Amino acid sequence: MSSVEQRTDPGTRATSDGPPRVRRPNRLLALLRNSWRQLTSMRTALILLFLLAVAAIPGSVLPQRNISPEKVNAYFDQHPDLAPVLDRIGGFDVFASIWFSAIYLLLFTSLVGCIAPRMRDHFRTLRSVPPVGPKRLDRLPQHAVLADPEVAGARGDADAELSAIAALLRKRRWRVVVRGNTVAAEKGYLKESGNLLFHISLLAMLVGVALGSWYGWHGNRLLVAGKDSSFCSTLDQFSESGLGPRVQATDLPRFCLELTNFKAQFLPSGQPESFSASVLVDQDGGAQRAADFSVNSPLRLDGANVYLLGHGYAPVIRYTDRNGKSQTQAFPFLSNDGNLTSEGVATFPDVNLDPSTGQRDPKAQVAFEGIYLPTAPDEAPFVRSQFPAERNPALMLIPYRGNLGMDAGMPSSVYSLNQEQVREGKLTQVGEAKLLRPNDRWTLDDGTTVEFLGTQQYITLTVRYAPASTLMLVSSVLLLIGLMFSLFGRRRRVWFRVTPAAPEDGSTTGGSSLIEAGGLPRTDYAGFADEFNQLVAAVERGAGGREGTE
Amino acid sequence: MAALSDQLLVFTILGYLIAMISHAASYAFSGKGAVAAISRPARQLVTVGAGESGSDAPAAVPPSGSVPPTGDVPARSTGRAAIAARIAMVATVLATALHLGALVTRGVAADRLPWGNMYEFVLTVTFVGAAGWLYLLFRWPSVRQLGLVLTLVMVLLLGIAGLVLYTPVVPLVPALNSYWFEIHVTTIVFSSGILLLAFVPAAMYLMRAGYESGKRSFPYVLARRSPSAVTLERLTFGLNAFAFPIFTFAVIAGAVWAEAAWGRAWGWDPKETWAFISWVVYAGYLHARATPSVKRNVVAWISILGFLTMLMNLFGVNFFFTGLHSYAGVN
Ligand code: HEM
Repeated sequence: MSSVEQRTDPGTRATSDGPPRVRRPNRLLALLRNSWRQLTSMRTALILLFLLAVAAIPGSVLPQRNISPEKVNAYFDQHPDLAPVLDRIGGFDVFASIWFSAIYLLLFTSLVGCIAPRMRDHFRTLRSVPPVGPKRLDRLPQHAVLADPEVAGARGDADAELSAIAALLRKRRWRVVVRGNTVAAEKGYLKESGNLLFHISLLAMLVGVALGSWYGWHGNRLLVAGKDSSFCSTLDQFSESGLGPRVQATDLPRFCLELTNFKAQFLPSGQPESFSASVLVDQDGGAQRAADFSVNSPLRLDGANVYLLGHGYAPVIRYTDRNGKSQTQAFPFLSNDGNLTSEGVATFPDVNLDPSTGQRDPKAQVAFEGIYLPTAPDEAPFVRSQFPAERNPALMLIPYRGNLGMDAGMPSSVYSLNQEQVREGKLTQVGEAKLLRPNDRWTLDDGTTVEFLGTQQYITLTVRYAPASTLMLVSSVLLLIGLMFSLFGRRRRVWFRVTPAAPEDGSTTGGSSLIEAGGLPRTDYAGFADEFNQLVAAVERGAGGREGTE
Repeated sequence: MAALSDQLLVFTILGYLIAMISHAASYAFSGKGAVAAISRPARQLVTVGAGESGSDAPAAVPPSGSVPPTGDVPARSTGRAAIAARIAMVATVLATALHLGALVTRGVAADRLPWGNMYEFVLTVTFVGAAGWLYLLFRWPSVRQLGLVLTLVMVLLLGIAGLVLYTPVVPLVPALNSYWFEIHVTTIVFSSGILLLAFVPAAMYLMRAGYESGKRSFPYVLARRSPSAVTLERLTFGLNAFAFPIFTFAVIAGAVWAEAAWGRAWGWDPKETWAFISWVVYAGYLHARATPSVKRNVVAWISILGFLTMLMNLFGVNFFFTGLHSYAGVN
């Protein structure tokens, strides 16, 4: 087959048999060319594909920093010897690691090297005509001598027969060329076109991924309901954020969000049924507008989308200090089970100030460790909530007094106490745990009071900008289309040869010609024999039918 | 309704179990006589075949499903084999019907499409496999010989579903409550079912290929009467090639949905990672099959590897890892 192609296409020869010019073998060049050939071979592609699959496995086995940083920390605690080693080789950032990137970059290099020549060849094929058939059609996988050689439209006129056959094949969307006494036809170019489209779409997706990671950014935060807790989109307002290498903090779009209401509905079993958040949003200093969003329908803003990820309760606590000053604040507690048993701390660093200087007293800062149960059990132990909605809310608090360790400059969690301070005795527990119902007031040993005023809802959200997502979507659709053509397309060729009957034949069928057909499937195609036979039958019938009408 | 569904599942498993035993019996009954009858001539036949270079030269291989003349095989034993085969067939059809019943009643009980948790998911995937199997069976009856493998897989998967994954009927969690749920999960279920089904001819191919090259020891001898290796290989490819684009679509639909639900199209959550792994393995399968220098045995092994990664995604991921996809309902 390929020899046929080369004969019809002198251009290929010149390029593929280039070497004659370069007689002096250049070792380095040869090495490079060989490596390139190796890299772009199907075998290498195959090996790289499997390496890619294998390399992805640790990404599912080990916790990943970009998904669950807290689990990575937990892993460090559990495996203090192993974790640093794994960390060095990128075990917690598998999909950004050097080796993972190396594999897919090699794979895509191989891909480019593989499809570039194929595209060139295919482009050529698309513009070229089907090749001359072999001398002997009976050597082909499919072969037939047409049952009734007398059918031709113009009896005995080989040219008319040829053009009749060619017309019939064209109507069936074969690409046809008539050469001498042979009609050559080919079909199924879409297979290769589809395959190339598929692989090119893969490349486009890679480009999309790259653009997305360069120009994309995201930020996560928690948003408590109420005007006091609203936030605006500056980088430091996010508890966690990631900017692509080409994004500056000043590039973030400007908008402010205030959570006005959050509704969660639960089934009697406690399983959540629906979540919906209502917010007031203003963008670029414009007017505030109300908007709702929920788990499956994000808030789409100009330049970023806001996604609802989770929700929880923030107990509102009022502490009145020795000077009679009170402070009220909502402290978001993190839930740790499906019934929203929530844990957290309420810290009051700026209480019990020295009345004369107005300075913090490092011995008199106050904090409470707490467990909030939206539906507390009827009797002790009060450690687990029974239901995620607030049917019987109760807050268990443990008071601490001393130095919260906030001035040390160490980043501290807002969900737990600084354990270092507790261990060193700088922060001490000053009373037993106590269960408070909403509006309960509790007087501590030093006469100060703490009040549980109720809760606010909070939501956790991600703000994300993912450029190139349209590119990704379009290329994945093209990928799919290409894939289908590639998998289900079939390239095949047929030839019809008309041999005019020798005039001296002198038989009764005088003037009729011999029509021979041959077929070659160029890809694995089980049904080719059927198609071929149908085609032969149609040629017989088609030509015969014309005779009838004439 | 839910209770009815549970009961139907028990009968479904029972049905597949009966089919499996009947298949085994059919092998055993035809086995004794047939092995004795064909052992010598078959070996000759095959050594001649193996001597020729082309390993899959069809002429040297007995045509598919052909049992050499059963001259001295007691007629009774083949008769028994045929009866057992028929029982297996009927049991499979019945079991599949019950399977459908279990699924439909489950859907009615939950008032939604019945694949909202792992239990239902496995139930549906296996049903797609079984339905695809029946289609193959009616289209090409000679695949009947693969029934033992198929029913074994069915019993195992459904057994695991019923014993380990079982979850009472509940509505969907909010994240799943989207029309993308229907699109993504329907296509995932469908393609997973077909990809799992492809395991059957792939495994059989390996046995048959061994058998055709003269191996007569335990696993190979099971393929004595299976369709020819060439047919099995084609069948495997057909199923994989049919399912792969659907699976690709399902993964893309999943990404679109994940963008809306979780704010990122792709986040390497364990389930996504394993879908990626499966996808790459099946892409490797298609490549390997298109590469002449890769042996067909290797290609079949890749298909089986793909099957294992799908299983990992169905079961393993929910047990070993937690991610956003852990809506399994099992803890
Ligand atoms: C990024 C990695 C790649 C992926 C995910 C991929 C995926 C696929 C898939 C799914 C197919 C099946 C479609 C079909 O059968 O037509 C395919 C076919 C094909 N791929 Fe790739 N491919 C990749 C890279 C490559 C590379 C590097 C080469 C060249 C060495 C290559 C050459 C081919 C060829 C020639 C076919 C056609 C096989 C046939 O004739 O059926 N691919 N590829």
